[in-house]
Amino acid sequence: MSLLRRIANLFSRSKVDREIDAEFRFHIEMRIEENVARGMSPEEARRDALRRFGNLSSTKENVTSADAALTLYSVWSDIRYAGRQLRKNPGFSSTAILVLALGMCASVAIFAFVDAVLIRPLPYQSPSRLIALFESTSLGPRFHLSYLDYLDWKRHNKVFDSLEAYDNLFFALSTATGTQRVPGAAVSAGFFRTLGVAPILGRDFHDGEDIPSAPRTVLLSYAAWQNRYGSREDVLGQAVTLEGVPYVIIGVLPRQFHFAPAGPSEFWASLHESSDPNNRGNHGLWAIARLKDGATPQTASADMSSIAQQLARQYPDSDGGRGATVLPLSELIVGNLRPILLLLLSGAVLLLLIACVNVSGLILVRSENRRHEIAVRGALGASRMRLIRHFVTEGVLLTAAGSVLGAAAAYGAMHLLLRLVPANMLDGMPYLRELGLNPHVIGFAVATGLAMAILFSLTPILRLSLIDLRAGLVEGGRGGARTAWKHLGANLVVLELCTAMVLLVGAGLLGKSFYRLLHVDIGLQPDHLAMIGLRSPHFRYAKPEQIVALTRRVMEETGRLPGVQSVAVAQQAPVANVAGGNTAFEIIGRPQHGIAYEAVNRQVGGSYFGTIQARLVQGRYFTETDDDSKPRVMIVNQTFARKYFPGEDAIGKHIRYDASSPVIEIVGIVDDIKEGPLDAELQPVLYTPFNQEPANSFCIVVRTVHAPEELLKSLEGTVHGIDHDILAFNAETAEDRIHNLQSTYLHRSSAWLVGGFAAMALLLGVIGLYGVIAYSVSQRTREIGVRMALGAQRSSVYGLILKEAGRVMALGILSGAVCSVVTAWMMRKLLFATAPWDAGTLAAVAVMLAASALLASYIPARRAASVDPVEALRSE
Amino acid sequence: MAKNDLQGTLDLLVLKTLSQVREMHGYGIVAHIQQASDDLLRVEEGSLYPALHRMEQQGWIAADWAMTETNRKAKYYKLTAAGRKRLQEEEKNFEHLVKGVRAILRYA
Repeated sequence: MSLLRRIANLFSRSKVDREIDAEFRFHIEMRIEENVARGMSPEEARRDALRRFGNLSSTKENVTSADAALTLYSVWSDIRYAGRQLRKNPGFSSTAILVLALGMCASVAIFAFVDAVLIRPLPYQSPSRLIALFESTSLGPRFHLSYLDYLDWKRHNKVFDSLEAYDNLFFALSTATGTQRVPGAAVSAGFFRTLGVAPILGRDFHDGEDIPSAPRTVLLSYAAWQNRYGSREDVLGQAVTLEGVPYVIIGVLPRQFHFAPAGPSEFWASLHESSDPNNRGNHGLWAIARLKDGATPQTASADMSSIAQQLARQYPDSDGGRGATVLPLSELIVGNLRPILLLLLSGAVLLLLIACVNVSGLILVRSENRRHEIAVRGALGASRMRLIRHFVTEGVLLTAAGSVLGAAAAYGAMHLLLRLVPANMLDGMPYLRELGLNPHVIGFAVATGLAMAILFSLTPILRLSLIDLRAGLVEGGRGGARTAWKHLGANLVVLELCTAMVLLVGAGLLGKSFYRLLHVDIGLQPDHLAMIGLRSPHFRYAKPEQIVALTRRVMEETGRLPGVQSVAVAQQAPVANVAGGNTAFEIIGRPQHGIAYEAVNRQVGGSYFGTIQARLVQGRYFTETDDDSKPRVMIVNQTFARKYFPGEDAIGKHIRYDASSPVIEIVGIVDDIKEGPLDAELQPVLYTPFNQEPANSFCIVVRTVHAPEELLKSLEGTVHGIDHDILAFNAETAEDRIHNLQSTYLHRSSAWLVGGFAAMALLLGVIGLYGVIAYSVSQRTREIGVRMALGAQRSSVYGLILKEAGRVMALGILSGAVCSVVTAWMMRKLLFATAPWDAGTLAAVAVMLAASALLASYIPARRAASVDPVEALRSE
Repeated sequence: MAKNDLQGTLDLLVLKTLSQVREMHGYGIVAHIQQASDDLLRVEEGSLYPALHRMEQQGWIAADWAMTETNRKAKYYKLTAAGRKRLQEEEKNFEHLVKGVRAILRYA
């Protein structure tokens, strides 16, 4: 048969049918004729012919299945049949499809994030060979290195093809409309070559372009090229003024290039650090490197440590106690997101699991109710294979509908989630720009869909193999299979309740740690507090006195704004993503023995501690008069006093930064204030008077009696009234600042997302329990009728049903409790001030789950108790 | 070893029949196999048709509707060139099988 004809057969199915019928008829008629000729009676001849031919319909099915195209056709007819079956039962189909779509949506959306952050390679050449480098100090592993240290690291290492430095900063960009604060970066000459990134326009930095005497050059990010220069090619060679200094634009970076550690940098300038030997203590750079062939992060770590040790011995003043930290670059870029994303993915997969179990339960109930139909079709000659094909088609159809709906919803969900991420945080996570339904995500969705299709096809097949086809014909037959099913259904519900409990406990713990995080003592009163960052232009405020005079004027004028109670200046606002800004120091009169003392260093004005309402423990605060003309003083936090003066009185002790700097006396101890994120450990902090160490970048902190939001606009206006060239940025209330911290955000979003998963899991689990109990009641109506006719009380009927539900519930909650503790222990690092075995959460979740489960089984129990015995028995 | 099973044997019987009678309908093939084998081989009549349609799919035989001597419409099958080649292979395979089985029987 030609291919053409085979395809044509698809459209003329009835013709092929007729032909096969005719062929069979001819055969049987010939046989009858011959039988008659041999002397049989016509009736006998016909019976014999049919017997010899065998089962007509199954033979016909075999003939049709011999034709490939006809097989296709029969698959299509199966699909239509399955579609009809599903449409005939809209309650079942829509529930199953919605539940599947829900599970699919959650897991695909979260997987898209996992893919964008963890799976998709970073946009560099062989990114797995890239390394991030830090200096370690006694305060932690990730601190800046100095320019001279960088040069020594670069010169002495034996493990890197290249090692380059960078610094993320903000430039004051002079534009036609005034000065703007733009994110930027300064990088050493080989930075982009190390990453394996080439400009799409113009050139990269030449070697040696990063020494102080070289002319200033800058590369544009693609976004800056588009937005500021309208993608014009003649941008090359143009000058741009950054920090009052002209730079020449030499190139444009590719669109897909991003480097999160340097922020959303628009201008990539070459580094121009001074190699003055006194500069070694000036730690202000980060570094990246590319591993040589054969080198590993471990060998690199060993090599760098020995170099750092050598430098520490050579320059004990500036490098004493400093080591080297070697990390894969990906760890630096996405390391903090990995545990949270994996947690969310596990949550979503658990939800998907519950959804699948739920739908399996529904399918089982349905196949149970279709026993009769299946039996009849079996008796009419449908082969087992054919019946199985029907179930598979139905399972595939259900899954396909649920998956497509779920994937579409996931597409919406991931963009909704992305929109919920604050813009400034999104800038720090450029890899999320690539979020979408890419081949990875679609592959995941398809694989999940296939797994579900297999599960939902196997469920009824398993069921089918359990029963004897013919037994289904006997209405009301109560075989062992039925009990087997009931056990299976009950076990599925136990699994659902257990999973729901794990998710609920997870959500409870995350919620609790988020609550604890927000209520942690940060050492200041954040309500009614507003702050704004300022930067005065170098050229106008070059001398320290000029800066001090400027801050006095700003504070004076701000103090006159309505509702303002007090104003203070600080070099940096408290509570930040990274505490940073630390210094090494020595204690006068205490031999060092090579131990480096390190502390976070903050310059604050005289009114600072009063304005933020910190708590003085001992000694005094600074005053406005603690300036350059007075002896140097400092205030330390309690952690500092405890760490460096244990069992001693810190007040009156003297320290200095190094041999070249003046001696400073400790005059006060303040209760710990969070300088870094809320969930970070407290670090020793030393505060010095702003007026003794002024800087041209500082922030103004204001306490007001009104809502602090109202103040933000007028703060900026006041500052620009004084000097239009002062850059004002990050005007925010202290409460917003705390809420928008990356760590706060991560805690909050994981608590909400897992909470959402848990709520859905609870709903699905309870529905599952309801389904099983309701089904059991419907099967036992007659039994209950008999019991009641024999005098059973309604209360004992309640007891009968609730006991059944109680057993499932107890098993679910018990196993759930065990699994939750294990899961919680695995995610303990994500919890803040909350034990993974937090008894309160466990108990609350168990009670809530039990209450909802009781409610779900109460409804069918009530139905059972209201059975009218006469009605129930009549149907017998 | 030669591939051989019951289905293969049925194919062989049908192909051989068609090579001898040139053109025949299903019923005629059944009757011919029975006759030629002295009533030793009785094909289950229904099972013949899936085999015929499958071989038609594979291009070994071709089919056409025609009138019988008694003026009935019947579907006649005949061997194609590919079918002839297939028949030779099947015959060889079968010889192999028989030889092999005989050898074992003799050995015992």
